[in-house]
Amino acid sequence: MASTQPLAPAPRPGAATNLRLCDLEPGGRGRIVAVDPAADLGGRLGDLGFLPGTVVTLVRRAPLGDPAVYALRGTRFCLRREQSAAVRVEPLEDDESAR
Amino acid sequence: MSGATLPLRVGLLGGPNSGKTTLFNALTGLRAKVANYPGVTVERREGRFPGGVVLDLPGTYSLNPLSEDEAVVTRVLAGEVEGVEPPDALVVTADACSLDRALLFVGQVLRLGKPTCLVVTMVDELRARGGELDLERLSAALGVPVVGVVGHRGLGLDRLLALLDRPEQWSRPPIPPPEDATERGAWAESVLERVHLRRPGSHPVTEAVDRVVLHPVAGTALFAVVMVLFFQLIFAWAAPLMDLIDAGVGALAGAVQAALPAGLLADFLADGVIAGVGSVVIFLPQILLLFTLLYLLEDVGYMARAAFVVDRVMGRIGLEGRAFVALLSSYACAVPGIMATRTVPSPRHRLVTILVAPLMTCSARLPVYALFIAAFVPATPVAGPLGLQGLVLLGLYLLGGVTALVVAAVLKRFVVPGETLPFVLELPPYRLPPPRLVLSQVWGAAWAFLRRAGTIILAASIVLWFLLSFPRTPAPEGATPDEAARHAVERSIAGRIGHAIEPVIAPLGFDWKIGVGLVASLAAREVIVATLAQIYATSEDDAGSLREAVRRDRDPRTGELVFTPATVGALLVFFVFALQCASTLAVMRRETNSWRWPAFAFGYLLALAYGAAFLTQRVLS
Repeated sequence: MASTQPLAPAPRPGAATNLRLCDLEPGGRGRIVAVDPAADLGGRLGDLGFLPGTVVTLVRRAPLGDPAVYALRGTRFCLRREQSAAVRVEPLEDDESAR
Repeated sequence: MSGATLPLRVGLLGGPNSGKTTLFNALTGLRAKVANYPGVTVERREGRFPGGVVLDLPGTYSLNPLSEDEAVVTRVLAGEVEGVEPPDALVVTADACSLDRALLFVGQVLRLGKPTCLVVTMVDELRARGGELDLERLSAALGVPVVGVVGHRGLGLDRLLALLDRPEQWSRPPIPPPEDATERGAWAESVLERVHLRRPGSHPVTEAVDRVVLHPVAGTALFAVVMVLFFQLIFAWAAPLMDLIDAGVGALAGAVQAALPAGLLADFLADGVIAGVGSVVIFLPQILLLFTLLYLLEDVGYMARAAFVVDRVMGRIGLEGRAFVALLSSYACAVPGIMATRTVPSPRHRLVTILVAPLMTCSARLPVYALFIAAFVPATPVAGPLGLQGLVLLGLYLLGGVTALVVAAVLKRFVVPGETLPFVLELPPYRLPPPRLVLSQVWGAAWAFLRRAGTIILAASIVLWFLLSFPRTPAPEGATPDEAARHAVERSIAGRIGHAIEPVIAPLGFDWKIGVGLVASLAAREVIVATLAQIYATSEDDAGSLREAVRRDRDPRTGELVFTPATVGALLVFFVFALQCASTLAVMRRETNSWRWPAFAFGYLLALAYGAAFLTQRVLS
């Protein structure tokens, strides 16, 4: 996957490879690196708090695998894959605490 | 206050689930004036409070609008809505437990430069979850007054009212928060760090309940159980109250007949007005029960979960989970259901949802189903509390629902073009809604229903009574009272219309009496019951209920039963599909802003109804 993401900042030293938000395991956490503006109509994901630097947890997936519930900034939102795929995250290990 | 003659106008802003409506109710004491914004049908709620007028703006996550509701907020604030003065001061509600997210919106509002005050709601829940918040410091960090409230208990309300007395003295932020979302996110972070917030722990009840409710197997099963119970309860629980109203209406009609001299006026009042409106008012208990359950599920937080569980299925047919909520509301009535589609941000999804909403079995069909099921389906127990009658009813509901999904997929593919907007759905923590909140919502819905019964249906009943009673024809020589009455109805204007359309509806097994009912039901579906009641009250010598009358009715020429199983089946199926509802057509026109879509919906549903009823008649006979 050639990293031609214009918005993605340079990977932080020692950070694991970036994932799409929807590729987190249930219970897994990640810190948002970038949101693809083309897939974020009206900037709504940003207005809801899906902003670079924010830590997101994939809480669980719906019965048929999609959509999934994400916890961030004290709220839970449910996103479909088509939106959550636009959010790139660096996965966090359990001991790396939020913020 | 500046303009000495004008009362202060306060705009109430906030995200969905932020306690905005509860605060509105607490401020105004439920004395809200509800209207619509000009040009659109977004609900406009205004109420008086001691210091002026408070305007309850639709809940929104952002001032960059995606849906019509959200666009109204932006336009009202900019003073672009004709006839609506922009608010002098703004009150923003934010849930203390998700203040982090809420501050992103607060930042947008502060950029407007109006006097603004932040109301932090659910501070009790924050404390219960181990969170802590210094409101003084929050006020200092934001540069605007901050009040913590517990809306339903009225805590903190006095401070807010005192503040609202002098908005021109409110502090304002020295520099507005950044415009860029990412920078605003950093701004929100820095604010939070300064207010010594101990972030609330997870909501233990929500965590525990969601483990079941959102579980792939348990959650889906629970969803099915909730839906089945929903309808079983509405049908079973409402019955005693409905019988009571039925008896009351009968007694009232009898009293009027007895008090007035026999003749036209007594007939008009008893058979036209009282029987007509009574046959609709009888459904008030069901409406109350339905809306109570619907709003409870919504306010408790289950509706969002249901939308989550079924989103994949809705996605298959090209809609989204929230459209499901609008479709579910259409089970009560397509009118609020169609209005609920305003929460669907994508105009394309919204139009498709509007077009299929009339297929969801609304409560106006219930009188029709109830009459014919009770008359023709034996009450055989099938399994536990479920009887055959309940199962047939469930079958009719399913037929409508499944057809709606199929039609939606077809429409989205071939008829309604356009772009799809992102799908986001908040799962709020489970909360017990204040009873007052639920009651006020249920009352609003029940009042709308009663007003409909009092206007459209009263008018339709009166017109029908005239059509059924005129011209008056003398009875033939030596006719029994029964035959004379039937003769009079058959020669009436309505009878002639029924006869005129008989060739068209004969292939469905319908006779002229059903024809009269169908014509009358174009105003509203349930009117067919009132019409049949009138036809049989005038053609039977009273006594037996309508149920008995239709069961026994025979064609005078052939002596055959009018309502054969095939005909009853065809009639029920016809009602599953046909769009016989003037209110729905009117609200569709309002929401889509043209007659094109209501005309389209009426046409395709009529074709579907006729075809399906014809097939049913063929298969069953």
